Amino acid sequence: MSEISHILPLSKPKEGISRTGTWRLKKPVIDHSKCVKCMMCWLHCPESTIDVVESSDKFVEVNYDFCKGCGVCANVCPVKAISMVPEG
Amino acid sequence: MVGGISIRELPRKKYLLPGNPSCPGCPEALGLRYLGMALGDRVILVVPAGCSTVIEGLAPNYSMRFPIVNVPFASADAVASGVAAAKEVLGEDAVVVVWAGDGATADIGFATLSGAAERGDNIIHICVDNEAYMNTGIQRSSLTPYGAWTTTTWTGKKERKKDVPLIMLMHKVPYVATASVGYPMDFIEKLRRAVLIKGFKYIHLHAPCPTGWRFDPSLTVEVAKLAVETGMWILFEAVNGKVKISPPSLPYRDRSRRKPIRDYIKIQGRFRTLTDEELKKLESMVDDVWDTLTKFT
Amino acid sequence: MKLVVMHLTGNYAVAWAVKLSRVKVVSAYPITPQTTIVEKISEFVESGMMDAKIVRVESEHSALATVFGAASSGVRAFTATSSHGLMYMYEMVWWSAGARVPIVMAIVTRTIGAPWNIWSDHSDFMSQRDTGWLMMFAEHNQEVLDSVIQLFRISEDPRVYLPGMIALDAFILSHTTEPVDIPDQSLVDSFLPGRRQPYTFKSGDPITMGNLPSNPRDNMRMRWDVHKSLVAAKKVITEVDREWSKLTGRSYGGLIECYMCSDAKYFIIGAGAWVGDMREAVDMLRSEGYEVGLIKLRFVRPFPAEELAEVMRGGKGAIVFDRSVSAGSAGPLYLDTVAHLGALNVEVPVKNVIAGIAGVDVTYNDIASVVRSFIEEIESKGVVSNYVEWYFR
Repeated sequence: MSEISHILPLSKPKEGISRTGTWRLKKPVIDHSKCVKCMMCWLHCPESTIDVVESSDKFVEVNYDFCKGCGVCANVCPVKAISMVPEG
Repeated sequence: MVGGISIRELPRKKYLLPGNPSCPGCPEALGLRYLGMALGDRVILVVPAGCSTVIEGLAPNYSMRFPIVNVPFASADAVASGVAAAKEVLGEDAVVVVWAGDGATADIGFATLSGAAERGDNIIHICVDNEAYMNTGIQRSSLTPYGAWTTTTWTGKKERKKDVPLIMLMHKVPYVATASVGYPMDFIEKLRRAVLIKGFKYIHLHAPCPTGWRFDPSLTVEVAKLAVETGMWILFEAVNGKVKISPPSLPYRDRSRRKPIRDYIKIQGRFRTLTDEELKKLESMVDDVWDTLTKFT
Repeated sequence: MKLVVMHLTGNYAVAWAVKLSRVKVVSAYPITPQTTIVEKISEFVESGMMDAKIVRVESEHSALATVFGAASSGVRAFTATSSHGLMYMYEMVWWSAGARVPIVMAIVTRTIGAPWNIWSDHSDFMSQRDTGWLMMFAEHNQEVLDSVIQLFRISEDPRVYLPGMIALDAFILSHTTEPVDIPDQSLVDSFLPGRRQPYTFKSGDPITMGNLPSNPRDNMRMRWDVHKSLVAAKKVITEVDREWSKLTGRSYGGLIECYMCSDAKYFIIGAGAWVGDMREAVDMLRSEGYEVGLIKLRFVRPFPAEELAEVMRGGKGAIVFDRSVSAGSAGPLYLDTVAHLGALNVEVPVKNVIAGIAGVDVTYNDIASVVRSFIEEIESKGVVSNYVEWYFR
């Protein structure tokens, strides 16, 4: 008996289903000179769009393709190293 | 170092993927990230109708890395019981987690939740409490607090919030805890303790929703913290029925150390119709919740 | 191979079939007249005769939800209910079919309220006919046992991958004892392979079932696939019946079973326990000289349209007996029958008799008298005057 393929209601994980970076009204800009590498922005980002890159001088980087600009990162940063800058 | 876990030791693997359709500042998105950090690949998620259904994104893809069983609104705990039963029979490792909103927990799903708890089925139920039916457009639930505006309570809700964590405590399940998206390390630690216990585990996650509560999306964590600092939300943990107030809430056992509830009310639009008299009533309700809970400590 | 014959009620026949099918998770909520099925299964499990886990849930909605969870996670699972229990499950009945999860459920058919009534009619079962489940009736307790085992095999066939429900009439089968041949476990094991299903939820294997489709057309294609798979199940049902017949000597004809049809001009069509009375009626009418045959609808989903047409082509008339009604229209078996026969150009006058609703007793004498009048009318006038008749004794 050959395996029959059915049309099933199944889905697979995919990063970037929507280009949510276009939703953004304000953009988080990190002043890396002020950053104390506490990782609070990474921890509290609701979108998984802040990445910790230990090898980089920047240490934390924002993925602007998908960051929605909610501003939680700027709000939780203990040293106010993140500012929200209006887009365009 | 926060609590027993270091932030640097937390797994970086993304269980909630960028490009998902949650609202900016979404507390459920935060909660899902913390669930992944706490329990990772062991999780099988059971998701009843709610915002998280939408946050998954559109087929044939989805924005998470948990296996997810989507299920009708009132069925989540029963489906989870079935999944857990199958995994027990097959001898496979799995942490079966119900990820349900206030509706699927306290209202339409309440009988199912109570049933699974009473049977002691080996699952973790997480109630992601954004205090209204947000997915259908901000209608009141039994977990909406007194005085809050919703699209079905235009002059503010007239009834108080149902105390589901205490109701679950009275089911005599081995683990009941409250948590908040404002205190991720506390939530992650609780998940990691819960998973070591066999039987029914209940965690009630307070999840301030910028869309439904009418505050700026940058304030999700701040509002969550204010809920704890004003005593509106109490973090506790009960292992085998013994209630312990969790460290972030400990100072607020002393009423005088709590921030004024007005501070919490005024940064949200949903309490805009609240009168001074109603605020007093709300304050006395908060005192009452503390009095009741501390009787179990 | 040793032959074991036991005296079993229909409900115990279900329980034995579930045990023989090596079901691993059972979940149900008590409702008369289903209750003794899960009582018996509980006894099997607690006495160590059966290796399964029972989840004693708080409602029927949860019973099917639990079975859906277990089945989608990799094990053979079973539930049973009746009447209001099935009504309360309704949402999960659809969900399980849409999810394409093989499950077997026994429905002990019972009247739906108001008012309260525990006797048999087919309203509960027939109201599920649009859901996408395989749906079959049993006529007697041996067929109950054989069919439950067969239904697992059909449901788990990769050409089908759909849940299935079997109807047995309240009390007439569920609580009435008949001698039942219990097949050897090794026979059932050879007939029913290990669990097969289209996907399985596992830790570390990220798939999701049931998130929103990006295009409704995809969703429509899923529904189309459910329909096509039910139609494809016809072949599987026939194969399974043949194989079972080889192993046990018992065949039920697959989709339909014909009695005295080969030279018949008039046909009685029915489903469920009263098919036994219809056989008696046929014998009686034959002795009186009427050229009558009986077509038992064993499956109603998939609906055996071509199979009926083949038997009935060239006939002079047929009566469909429905033990439920689509109020405001006609009996559901009749509606299916006339729609398909018409489309397949089988020009036979068909009458619908609605009888036995709410458990009203219908005997072979009643059936014979209705058929006699029908034949006399066709023979004398050539047409059916009252094509949907409510029969009250």
